[in-house]
Amino acid sequence: MYQYNDFDTAFIAERNRQFRAQVDRRVAGNLTEDEFRPLRLMNGLYLQLHAYMLRVAIPYGSLDPAKLRQLAYLAERWDKGYGHFTTRTNIQYNWPKLSDIPDMLDALAEVGMHAIQTSGNTIRNVTSDHFAGAAADEIEDPRPVAELVRQWSTDHPEFQFLPRKFKIAVIASDSDRAVMKSHDIGLKIVERDGARGFEVWVGGGMGRTPMVAKLLRDFLPRADLLPYLESVLATYNRIGRRDNKYKARIKITVHENGLDEIRALVEDEFPRRRAAFSGVDQDWLARINAAFVTPTLSERDAAVYYAARDADAVFRAWADTNVTAHKHADHGIVTISLKAHGQTPGDASADQMRLVADLAENYGHNDIRATHAQNLVLPHVALADIPAVHAALKAVGLATANIGLASDIIACPGMDYCALATARSIPVAQGIATRLEELKIEHEVGHLQIKISGCINACGHHHVGHIGILGLDRAGVENYQITLGGDASETTAIGTRTGPGFAYDEIVPAIERLIFAYLDLREGPEETFLEAYNRLGMAPFKSALYDAEARAHAAE
Amino acid sequence: MAQEFTPKVVTANALIEGDVVYLTAADTWARDLAQAEVLTDEADADYRLLQAQARAGEIVGAYLADVKHGPNGPEPTHFREDFRRKGPSNLFHGKQSEGLSRA
Repeated sequence: MYQYNDFDTAFIAERNRQFRAQVDRRVAGNLTEDEFRPLRLMNGLYLQLHAYMLRVAIPYGSLDPAKLRQLAYLAERWDKGYGHFTTRTNIQYNWPKLSDIPDMLDALAEVGMHAIQTSGNTIRNVTSDHFAGAAADEIEDPRPVAELVRQWSTDHPEFQFLPRKFKIAVIASDSDRAVMKSHDIGLKIVERDGARGFEVWVGGGMGRTPMVAKLLRDFLPRADLLPYLESVLATYNRIGRRDNKYKARIKITVHENGLDEIRALVEDEFPRRRAAFSGVDQDWLARINAAFVTPTLSERDAAVYYAARDADAVFRAWADTNVTAHKHADHGIVTISLKAHGQTPGDASADQMRLVADLAENYGHNDIRATHAQNLVLPHVALADIPAVHAALKAVGLATANIGLASDIIACPGMDYCALATARSIPVAQGIATRLEELKIEHEVGHLQIKISGCINACGHHHVGHIGILGLDRAGVENYQITLGGDASETTAIGTRTGPGFAYDEIVPAIERLIFAYLDLREGPEETFLEAYNRLGMAPFKSALYDAEARAHAAE
Repeated sequence: MAQEFTPKVVTANALIEGDVVYLTAADTWARDLAQAEVLTDEADADYRLLQAQARAGEIVGAYLADVKHGPNGPEPTHFREDFRRKGPSNLFHGKQSEGLSRA
């Protein structure tokens, strides 16, 4: 992966020095909170319900053992021994003290990490495919482009005060594993007539007005990427709304002006931007590319793997859900579930992080990924080593066999932590997972993505959940709305609300009714929840949710 | 016609530690809601809030939170304030683990 050079190291050191001085001035009273807040946000430091929260960037979800061990160290030294992986593949620490933040940032800098631009009205962490470099269906590893965009966007002088936050994702396969069409800009690396370039998608987003991105440019030659991004950002910076926070994202700018108008403005700006680029960025991209070589994967007899599958039902069940085919026949992509039933989705303890780092070192070519679904991935593991990996994961509670199943829930921190939340989300996720475990039905249910947000900002991606749950405050009481039919894949779709919401003690039974309705209605085990919903529509599910309630109340 | 003013406390987050604090009648910042000064007069509450907001060297984000009178001091009227004074519901962290919870 990309290693910092002298420039990067010096840049981070200077940035940290500046922020340390800003913290000192804030504590001494020489900066007001209004002056300090934008500065701390640009360095990923939030003030939450119970404490500060530091959001550390994990660029395009990529880690190596040294980085992951340092994240474990931060958790132990300056936090409560754990970290939380987010839907933008960052990690959050929920309990740091303001006075410790400069030391934490220096510790991150030691391993080439930072918290720059993980908040603020600027370009945020660039995300990508967590199977990059290992997936059989990618045309190339998308991460070098993500790294180029990261470097270009970090401290870009023109784009530090955008109307609102800006999120970019890069993929390189038809399969969208990065929720690309829910980003402000989505880039898909494609090949046309033998040339590599990008589909440029614009205006996707979640929040209170979810939208699926639209195709801005069908084919952008590779070398034009940065000038074209600048054209889009400059256009947004100029005409994006600053009068209303809820209408400030580029999705609204596209919606209100029309895609054709936006395209015209971007294309008009483009020649100016293109002229300003000398091509040095493409030279630099070539050097970044060199850092992302897929490791040499030797031929390894996989007999041990298949024998373990035959001999051990627990291993087989885990391998069925958590091991994905690798482009190299002797290898597998291992997804480590951070969704143990009843645990907080996406949390990992320092010990667990260190164990994963060890596994990556011993069996995984020093490669670890964080996913937007709040899990971890070892993308390159020889099949022959996977039984040993599983045994090690089991010992620290990381062997839950539920990837892609109903208990692999995406949940934002919600009102247990977040100052913006209107309801709790973590206990709902815990309740659903625990109930599924009690009923022992999730393997039969199969692929089902449940996503929970604790407020309208939709950080839990509920809009694109097959089942989405949105926690709101209704007359001072937690109330949960359900949406159905969302889709986070390349066939991105926004879910539809079922009807009235459910109280905190009603939501888990409601989800249970939905799941049993699906089992009744499906054509067979091969038809997933989403497929059944798309075939049948809302009516039978709405019935399952509300008719039972009506009957129960009528009986009273 | 003005709405009736309901009891409130001044609450904020401590600048360094980041944890939830409440303004007491003695002008100190207490970690325990039971020690908070309950404000029942609107003008008084506005004034206390202004005073709190001026103490930027000690706290961040001061505001007035609704409370009701309880046998052991003020109690939250909204679940958000209940979480603020106790801590998260998924882990035994925050004030509940420091023995300061009244729940």
